[in-house]
Amino acid sequence: MSGPSLGPKQPYGAMAPDVATFAFTAENLEEAKRILARYPAGRQASAVLPLLHLAQAQHGGWLPKAALDYVADFLGMARIRVYEVATFYDMFNIEPVGRVQVRVCTTTPCWLCGSDAVLRAAREVLGCEPGQSSPDGRFFLREFECLGACANAPVLWIDDHFYEDLTYETARAVLEAVVRGERPKPGPQSGRKGSMPAGGKTTLFEVGE
Amino acid sequence: MLHDRDRIFTNLYGERPWNLEAARRRGDWDGTKDIILKGRDWLVNEMKVSGLRGRGGAGFPTGLKWSFMPKQADGPVYLVVNADESEPGTCKDREIIRNEPHKLIEGCLLAGAAMGCTAGYIYIRGEFVQEAKILQAAIDEAYAAGLLGKNACGSGYDFELYLHRGAGAYICGEETGLLESLEGKKGQPRLKPPFPAAVGLYGRPTTVNNVETIAVAPTIFRRGAAWFAGLGRPNNTGTKIFCISGHVNRPCTVEEEMGIPLKTLLEKHAGGVRGGWDNLLAVIPGGSSVPLIPKEICDTVRMDFDSLREVQSGLGTAGVIVMDRSTDIVKAIARLSRFYMHESCGQCTPCREGTGWLWRMMERMAEGEAELAEIDQLLDVTKEIEGHTICALGDAAAWPVQGLIRHFRGELERRIRDRKLLARQAA
Amino acid sequence: MPKLTIDGQLVEVPPGSTVLQACEAAGREIPVFCFHPRLNIAGNCRMCLVEVEKMPKPQASCALPAADGMVVHTNSPTVHKARKGVLELLLINHPLDCPICDQGGECDLQDLTLFYGPDKSRFKENKRPVADKYLGPLISTHMTRCIHCTRCIRFLNEIAGVEELGAVHRGEHMEITTWVEAALSSELQGNIIDLCPVGALNSKPYEYRARTWELKKTESIDVLDAVGSSIRIDSRGNEVMRILPRLHEDVNEEWLADKSRFAYDGLKKRRLDVPMVRRDGKLEPVDWKTALAAVAERARGLAADRIAFLVGDQADCETMVLVKELAARLGTPHLDCRQDGAPLETTPRAQYLFNTTIAGIEQADLCLLVGTNPRWEAPLVNARIRKRWRRGGFVVARIGALFDLTYPVQDLGAGPATLEELANGRHSFAERLASVERPMLILGTGAIARPDGAAVLALAHRLAENARLVREGWNGFNLLHTAAARVGGLELGLVPGRGGRDLAGILDGIERGEIELVFAIGVDEIDPKRLEKAFVVYLGTHGDRTAPIASVILPGAAYTEKNATWVNLEGRPQRGRLAVFPPGEAKEDWRILRALSEAMGALVPLDTLARVRERMAELAPQLAEPDRIRRAEWGSFGRPGPVDPAPFVSPVRDYWRTCPISRASAVMAECSALAAARDRAATGTHG
Ligand code: SF4
Ligand code: FES
Ligand code: FES
Repeated sequence: MSGPSLGPKQPYGAMAPDVATFAFTAENLEEAKRILARYPAGRQASAVLPLLHLAQAQHGGWLPKAALDYVADFLGMARIRVYEVATFYDMFNIEPVGRVQVRVCTTTPCWLCGSDAVLRAAREVLGCEPGQSSPDGRFFLREFECLGACANAPVLWIDDHFYEDLTYETARAVLEAVVRGERPKPGPQSGRKGSMPAGGKTTLFEVGE
Repeated sequence: MLHDRDRIFTNLYGERPWNLEAARRRGDWDGTKDIILKGRDWLVNEMKVSGLRGRGGAGFPTGLKWSFMPKQADGPVYLVVNADESEPGTCKDREIIRNEPHKLIEGCLLAGAAMGCTAGYIYIRGEFVQEAKILQAAIDEAYAAGLLGKNACGSGYDFELYLHRGAGAYICGEETGLLESLEGKKGQPRLKPPFPAAVGLYGRPTTVNNVETIAVAPTIFRRGAAWFAGLGRPNNTGTKIFCISGHVNRPCTVEEEMGIPLKTLLEKHAGGVRGGWDNLLAVIPGGSSVPLIPKEICDTVRMDFDSLREVQSGLGTAGVIVMDRSTDIVKAIARLSRFYMHESCGQCTPCREGTGWLWRMMERMAEGEAELAEIDQLLDVTKEIEGHTICALGDAAAWPVQGLIRHFRGELERRIRDRKLLARQAA
Repeated sequence: MPKLTIDGQLVEVPPGSTVLQACEAAGREIPVFCFHPRLNIAGNCRMCLVEVEKMPKPQASCALPAADGMVVHTNSPTVHKARKGVLELLLINHPLDCPICDQGGECDLQDLTLFYGPDKSRFKENKRPVADKYLGPLISTHMTRCIHCTRCIRFLNEIAGVEELGAVHRGEHMEITTWVEAALSSELQGNIIDLCPVGALNSKPYEYRARTWELKKTESIDVLDAVGSSIRIDSRGNEVMRILPRLHEDVNEEWLADKSRFAYDGLKKRRLDVPMVRRDGKLEPVDWKTALAAVAERARGLAADRIAFLVGDQADCETMVLVKELAARLGTPHLDCRQDGAPLETTPRAQYLFNTTIAGIEQADLCLLVGTNPRWEAPLVNARIRKRWRRGGFVVARIGALFDLTYPVQDLGAGPATLEELANGRHSFAERLASVERPMLILGTGAIARPDGAAVLALAHRLAENARLVREGWNGFNLLHTAAARVGGLELGLVPGRGGRDLAGILDGIERGEIELVFAIGVDEIDPKRLEKAFVVYLGTHGDRTAPIASVILPGAAYTEKNATWVNLEGRPQRGRLAVFPPGEAKEDWRILRALSEAMGALVPLDTLARVRERMAELAPQLAEPDRIRRAEWGSFGRPGPVDPAPFVSPVRDYWRTCPISRASAVMAECSALAAARDRAATGTHG
């Protein structure tokens, strides 16, 4: 990403369109108020990340300028400050992208364990390159930095869920299911429990309940 | 070797539920009130005696850090827990949060009591969506059970605890970057001094601790500092969660004793190096920020702060990244350079400009597309970054490259020569 | 007081100093980019690294508090290596286009690179492209040159109080920009051009028009508001190429408001450069002799009390001395320098001065604004108020129209009624006012340039008395002028003599045919229809509002074209200097008046600047010493009477266009249009 342009660059397809105005739904407004209550009076700017998350989710995976303005005004922040924040954090998209976010971790631990193959699977199944949305506009593919699940590498992060211990085949299977509109079971696709060594644990035999 | 009865995280793999009821059966929240009632001085002192060193990477003695907080403060004082686990190779806090959230929450309460904090914020990385849901549910449970909030655990101590989600920025794992982010700004680290203990969150006294550091505190208080100090080695006490990734047969996380030999760690818990110990090329022993160590060192090195420092590396977060002989070691480190470039906040010159330069040179090095003299230039650029930046990200970007040159200069030279040879043959 | 050893030399610095300051105290020069003494510390460029014993790494001296016993090295190999490294890293993505850069010759990066930098480039990769940004009509950008020091952002956030500029994205993609290609709105934005240590931010109107070494630099005084900012006029040949601020701690510090900086293109447009006389209803160019004769002709036989003099907002004191002398010789008492009709008298002086002084604002603990919008009327006074507010323990309250002044203001009411309540101690705020030690009141001319002005002034006086604004060592009463000429005019007594008519009287007289000949010296803020009936002799610079209805036009010199004295709102006499010559046949105004006096047979025998200034000193001894403020005596003023409930209105509605020069400026016109569009958009969304 370079340059802070905010104009819609890609055809919308199934993406959420750019909008001239934005407002939280009644439900999200309630949630926003709950979030605000976590921070001391006068410190409502603290809520900017949670509120941007909320706005992005409401708007189908990206933040139009109207939404950034709305959050700025909602929190009484200068708009430029919200724009700075929205461009600083990796999870926010300020240009139209597919609604389903597919991120492949390619940092060294995942790379050592075959993230190239996962990325290849994602390219093939979604039909687009990293940084692009799929031709039908439903998916947005990105490379991502370490997701903090390296003992279960390689990792694929689809919307809110991690898919772990992937191979080319299992990555394809997960992605194909997602494209079909299914929600495959997240977690290690190798069948092991969490980050326990595959084939059985080496510790914690003697703990009772 | 650590005995199971000395393991703190008995539900590390999530074999049992994370919830309050199950956590209580594991011993969490047992006698918390009495521990609080022992008072601040006792708590801080007990922590000092335990010898616990921060588990987030820097290894600063926790008890000492706690003792920096002002004894008397009018107004809010904060505990902030760093759950922005993003150091490549590291995945321990995730397991604590999703499988042992009550250890963390109880730890927050006790740490808060030890430092006279009025409230705590747990800053969890935005990518941990499921983990955040579990942690929030666990916090809600704790509130409902009267363990948090006004008169927490019936101790007379009031302590509020909130969860805050980040949004994807490694730099927020730096404690002052985290505070900036928590205040609703870009996560750009602050100048120090002033240190957070004096001017922290919202300008108030604040201590920032790692998840694991806080989560082991209740057990230390319950079983006693002496018990913890009796594990591991002097100045490197206690147990530690190791995260083992890369070219091992069975990657995993595991709680072990500090000072365990690396080889034992890998062979006993991770099924050994893929293709056998002799197939080992190098290990990054403490998360991506520490220099790698080649096999000769791995043969004997122990996994603790001091031992790894002696071999010019570090325990860091204890994220052990294993690379066997099939690894393109230059590419592996170049990918880390790309990580640091991507994660540089952009604030100060050496890091903003230097990380990109390092990555570009490293990419060329991987292909041998360079001059031999550029190896020294590469080293020189790491030195222009190292020690000259506002926060430690500059050092973290420099060290992996320095480690590579230190131990694999021959490999870099070979690639350059091979490429030149190839070019000559083609011509 | 911490004592430090800097390169072996012991220095003692005040508590709260930084190591950088300590090094400077020891006579060491430390290179800096991001550090600026008037901005918050950012510590981001890392150029100022020094070695401090017992600290493991080199330290950014600008950000490190000086502590007792520190041993600092500024010249060690480590320090040199660090500096060279930082410079190399700053340069790798810098275009090195110095030969075509506007900053060339005054660039910190260029200078420091010569001194400390690497001798050759080792950077083989591609340089980073950065798109230039649109920031509006005043500032152009060359963002590849930006070194991310954030001075510009900090200035706008901190000093200007307008959060419009930010650094978006992160790492090497970090870029300075506004909120998506929006023009900056600040009236102080030009200062970021000066602050930018490289050529990333440039003056758009000046861009590529000259190289610094071709310019003649003239130190002078600004007259586009009444602050009297110190300026430097850079000219080439007979053209003003740009205007920059000069340091004056007590007035403008190192800042300049944008109108003062950017309106100079108006000096070249619509200029009156040849004398003219109206013949058969049409203005025709004539020579000086003919023009002066035409005036003399009209005056001949005219009773003195049918002649009047009006003086405009930018007149200099020398000119006003001549006006006063000429009026006296012609025998007319009808004379007024108060173009806005404000009922200010010449004594006691305290009624028309900014007695607290601009720097004195920093000592105040409360400020009450009455009928003024200082942000538009005197941006740098407003910046001082903001500066004081940022330090904390300062309350600003207001009676008058709502306007964003960039700091919080407690609004008490809109007009005279509130002032009256407060003056009589019946308003709840009175208690607050009574509780502080150094209260100040700023009365805008908008509050008194109205029919009930004298009564409002009396109320302000009563408030000053009741709230004890004037006390031992403190005068908290302030009048905020917008006209650079006004205080000088009042000091010289350019008000009606015995039996004379003031502005309103003169205008009435014209209406009724009792005043037939009017000398309008740079008078352009009066509805020309009210002058029309008289024979108007317009002495001024621009074909603005009055010239088109004048019978005779005498082309004068603009402020950049003469050696002259102005007195700022504090009562500070200051000398402006000629940078370029008046265009065409235009002349310095006092000389024109002197020639006119001769032509009219009423010779004012002051034929050199020195003699004019001698006379000035006789008329107003306080003007004799430049840059010195003579404290004003306190006394009673204003005229108690009924007040009109109508709310106070600021005299400045469009900051960018307030005088003939700024109205002639295309740059100001663009700024004005942008501001209007912004206002429309704002009322559109919120209204
Ligand atoms: S534009 Fe100039 S002042 Fe602003 S950050 Fe860049 S170099 Fe600094
Ligand atoms: S590197 Fe992929 S999860 Fe850590
Ligand atoms: S001048 Fe000190 S870091 Fe920039």
